Amino acid sequence: MNIVVCIKQVPDTTEIKINPVTGTLIRDGVPSIINPDDKAGLELALRMKDQFGAHITVITMGPPQADNALREALAMGVDDAIHLTDRKFAGADTLATSHALAGALRNLSCDLIITGRQAIDGDTAQVGPQIAEHLDIAQVSYLRKLDYDGKGTFTIERTVEDGYEILETEAPCLVTVLSDAYPSRYMTVKGIMEAYAKEVKVWGFNEIEVKEEVLGLKGSPTKVHKAFSRGVKAAGELYELDTDEAVGTIISKLKEKFII
Amino acid sequence: MENSLYKGVYVFAEQRNGEIQKVALELIGKARDLAADLNEKVYAVLLGHNIASQAQMLIEHGADVVICADAPELENYLTEPYTQAMCHIIDQHKPDIMLIGATTTGRDLGPRVSARVATGLTADCTKLEIGEDKHLLMTRPAFGGNLMATIVCKDHRPQMSTVRPGVMQSLEADAQRQGEVIMAEVPFETKKFKVKLVKSVKEKSNKIDISEAKILISAGRGVGCCDGLKLVKELAETLDAQVSASRAVVDCGLVGHDQQVGQTGKTVRPDLYFAAGISGAIQHLAGMEESGYIVAINKDKFAPIFQVADLGIVGDARQILKQLNDRLRN
Repeated sequence: MNIVVCIKQVPDTTEIKINPVTGTLIRDGVPSIINPDDKAGLELALRMKDQFGAHITVITMGPPQADNALREALAMGVDDAIHLTDRKFAGADTLATSHALAGALRNLSCDLIITGRQAIDGDTAQVGPQIAEHLDIAQVSYLRKLDYDGKGTFTIERTVEDGYEILETEAPCLVTVLSDAYPSRYMTVKGIMEAYAKEVKVWGFNEIEVKEEVLGLKGSPTKVHKAFSRGVKAAGELYELDTDEAVGTIISKLKEKFII
Repeated sequence: MENSLYKGVYVFAEQRNGEIQKVALELIGKARDLAADLNEKVYAVLLGHNIASQAQMLIEHGADVVICADAPELENYLTEPYTQAMCHIIDQHKPDIMLIGATTTGRDLGPRVSARVATGLTADCTKLEIGEDKHLLMTRPAFGGNLMATIVCKDHRPQMSTVRPGVMQSLEADAQRQGEVIMAEVPFETKKFKVKLVKSVKEKSNKIDISEAKILISAGRGVGCCDGLKLVKELAETLDAQVSASRAVVDCGLVGHDQQVGQTGKTVRPDLYFAAGISGAIQHLAGMEESGYIVAINKDKFAPIFQVADLGIVGDARQILKQLNDRLRN
């Protein structure tokens, strides 16, 4: 079985802080990580490999430093890594991103494509299903468990609001995985050593099968009209009091607001 | 693409087990504002099986027209039949705007449809308005809520957007409201149906929907996981409130993910949001800043939570919780 895992390198958004004076983002020193949902996707692929002997390719689209994310995946145990990078891909929204990735995936034989449900820097959950559409294959999103019968049929548990669904589908298909579904393994020392010796294939526009007009900023139907840091709400009252007074203040305010 | 051929503000009227989901009514409420600005109509797209009787309810909540596809293929949500139905309706009716709830269904369906009809989709919008040039301005948090971005989709139609449950407000039902119901026949291409639903399992949990709560007592890292959490629960009991938490507390496993407030959790707008020991990472603020009245307790007087709090107390959340609870009980 051939499995391809799509990953994204993201800034650890929990580490981003706002400059309280200017209201702007402090991005310096924010570490880059493999997106948590994608990491669970890697783990799912590795378990399939442990059990059924799959060949795993990891692919990412991103700037040069995204190479680190691919090395980390190699160190966890994936077999091949592809780095999709080209100026023509820059400025892509989800649809244009999905076209580039689908273009690369057309070059690979895939029985199972795994993506994370969503990335923590965008939170859109769109690229996975959009890739599946371009490749004209089935998708199952919000995966919390996957079983394989060894003969081409997947049985998948999909998380929904009031429980879960059990779905069945055949290869090839694309699944999007929830981060807590498969807690990821650690890189091994041997894996880390080898990861840096392995070749990461770098593919640009010329290596993939896709029309240029659907890529990058030009191929993006959505555009950023403006970006701004969220307006700070009119500041309320702030008190530094001892516990007793603080409690009194809270109670009187809640009474004043008819909450208690 | 000739944009002027595309008219109307459409809402995907999600139903589960025949029950219209609240988010659909919230979106119809928002669609009314947008439609008024555009001088267009509000359309609800209702997909399901033996579902047509629900159309009236959508009209009562503000839809002018309900387009209903009633077919056994649409009995339960599955990506492909629903995508075919949506794309057929888009093709036939040419919506200017299509709003979809950001549920597990909407977030599965939306991107698939947008890719099939080759248009843009903006996820999890928190604000929707019509711009001067009549385009839809879709504002959403980015970078885990650290930044807001207003997105436009100028050259493609429909302009598609998903919105989380609880963000928009539904209108009161008006039993007198009249509307039109159009039945749609979807020419299904069944050979593309590759996924089979084996069964739906309801998980009976004590799942509390925090987005419905009037009062939320919310625990952050500053109250800690075990005994601090107990204080939060006690206060919640006293105030007949529900407990929610920041990601830090959810990650330590003592509070369920369904009780997490914020960008990766839920959006809440209770009458009172009581943030105990929450510093207010931006992704947390994104989920609660619309609350009616916000009380925040934190040791750090520079904690960002104080930027949105109506009443901020610099102090030890545990001590204050304990004493507050004691005094309220007596």
